[in-house]
Amino acid sequence: MAPILQINDLKKTYKGGFEALKGVTLDIEEGEILALLGPNGAGKTTLISTICGITMPSSGSVTVGGFDTVAQYRQARSLIGLVPQEINLEPFETVWNTVRLTRGLFGKSRDDAALEKILRRLSLWDKKDSKTKELSGGMKRRVLIAKALSHDPKVLFLDEPTAGVDVELRKDMWDIVADLKRDGVTVILTTHYIEEAEAIADRVGVINGGKLLLVEDKTALMARMGQKQLTIELREPLASVPAGLAEFDLTLAQDGAALVYTYDTKQDRTGITALLSALSGAGIGLRDISTRQSSLEEIFVGLVKESAA
Amino acid sequence: MKLTAVWAIYRYEMTRFFRTLLQSFISPVISTSLYFVVFGTAIGSRIQEVEGVSYGAFIVPGLIMLSVIMQSISNASFGIYFPKFIGTIYELLSAPVSFLEIVAGYVGAAATKSLFIGVVILGTASLFVDLTIQNPLAMIAFLVLTCVSFSLMGFIIGLWAGNFEQLQLVPLLIVTPLVFLGGSFYSISMLPPFWQTVTLFNPVVYLISGFRWAFFGLADVPIGISLMAISGFTALCLGIIWWIFRTGWRLRD
Repeated sequence: MAPILQINDLKKTYKGGFEALKGVTLDIEEGEILALLGPNGAGKTTLISTICGITMPSSGSVTVGGFDTVAQYRQARSLIGLVPQEINLEPFETVWNTVRLTRGLFGKSRDDAALEKILRRLSLWDKKDSKTKELSGGMKRRVLIAKALSHDPKVLFLDEPTAGVDVELRKDMWDIVADLKRDGVTVILTTHYIEEAEAIADRVGVINGGKLLLVEDKTALMARMGQKQLTIELREPLASVPAGLAEFDLTLAQDGAALVYTYDTKQDRTGITALLSALSGAGIGLRDISTRQSSLEEIFVGLVKESAA
Repeated sequence: MKLTAVWAIYRYEMTRFFRTLLQSFISPVISTSLYFVVFGTAIGSRIQEVEGVSYGAFIVPGLIMLSVIMQSISNASFGIYFPKFIGTIYELLSAPVSFLEIVAGYVGAAATKSLFIGVVILGTASLFVDLTIQNPLAMIAFLVLTCVSFSLMGFIIGLWAGNFEQLQLVPLLIVTPLVFLGGSFYSISMLPPFWQTVTLFNPVVYLISGFRWAFFGLADVPIGISLMAISGFTALCLGIIWWIFRTGWRLRD
């Protein structure tokens, strides 16, 4: 099946000469959740805005469901729902009216039952007659999501959906995304929070300086780039790493009370067995051992540093 | 053209109007009454009939035009500037709608509001003076065309404006003088010949003249020319809006 979203060498240079996108190419499959990670000013929002029609591409092309977003903007945009980063809502309008407006704008006929379902799912039903200015920040964000979902989009863009949102609401948001995935909606979200990508994404893209540094399956990415650390707590503290253990990548931690062994998970032999027998051979007693996988965050920071270098 | 989208915008814009219906109704009633007290009664009693029409009645078409033009511009410019100001414009830009649908929705709503106000003024005026409308159909046609064309102009101003000051600038600096000097309160023939010629460069003259013709059968310029002028103005505004949406000027980066 053809990808639902195809981005082909997309470039965007703003009037002032700032190159926000320097040729992004990316295919997104139907039903997947892609998290775009990147620092501020990396080009995440420009990428979304260019796909959705808010900014015009300088060159390159985007198709949604096979429709070109410029030449066939009607068909392409009908498939897209957008939740912007900023909370942009008309303050004096009711939740119901503002959601109804979006549905109409996208050419869908009035369907109160469908809107009710969306509002209930987002716990907004009892607020439907409230003016948006009376809502809390988290509720406003839900209204934006309700608007984006009001016309049953096939592709949903969430631009930093959990920025400035409390922990509980963030968990809620993740549940909503999981629900959408179950319904077959393709979700592209941008985030600063690595844990967010780790928690909900199928694939992770890292963008910086207008370039897509990598896009990869989340677990594969973590396995490929993930290093693991084995922490060995010792019975007796050591002053230095014993000479007999020099062949292992060991560092002392906790003032000599622990040894940290870093190894690569993708290699056939991790060297753990050899290390443990070497330790016992050297007469070093163990109190406890634990392992830790490096997080996406570390991978991400490493990549962004690399690209800046 | 997708009517669902046009209707969605139109309906949304009209709810704002209905929320403030009382204000929308009272303010033209009061201002028209004031005009009649000042111009109709205080000044008008000292002015002779103008070409067989009492001065009080003579100024009615001009008064309606004055308010309708100002209201059309402010309604339409605010209608599209406000989403730009608060950021909800993103929705319009990312929706599968063409510029014609957006214009039809916004301008349609703005024109409806000013049409309503025009009718309210006409009703209020008829309480002060005896009015007979010779060509009711032409009167309605001129009123509607004026509402639409100046709402289009207001829409352009709203797209162009970068702040609230600019939103006020064009109506204040250009439109108010044009409307006041467009023969709202006098017949062009009352002016010295030189100024009569100058006045012919004022587009509003054609509107008021045509509108007054619909009421009394009197016109400063031939009715055909009035119609051509207003149609040309409408087409010009539409052309400018088409260009703005095509190039994304002040709309899309």
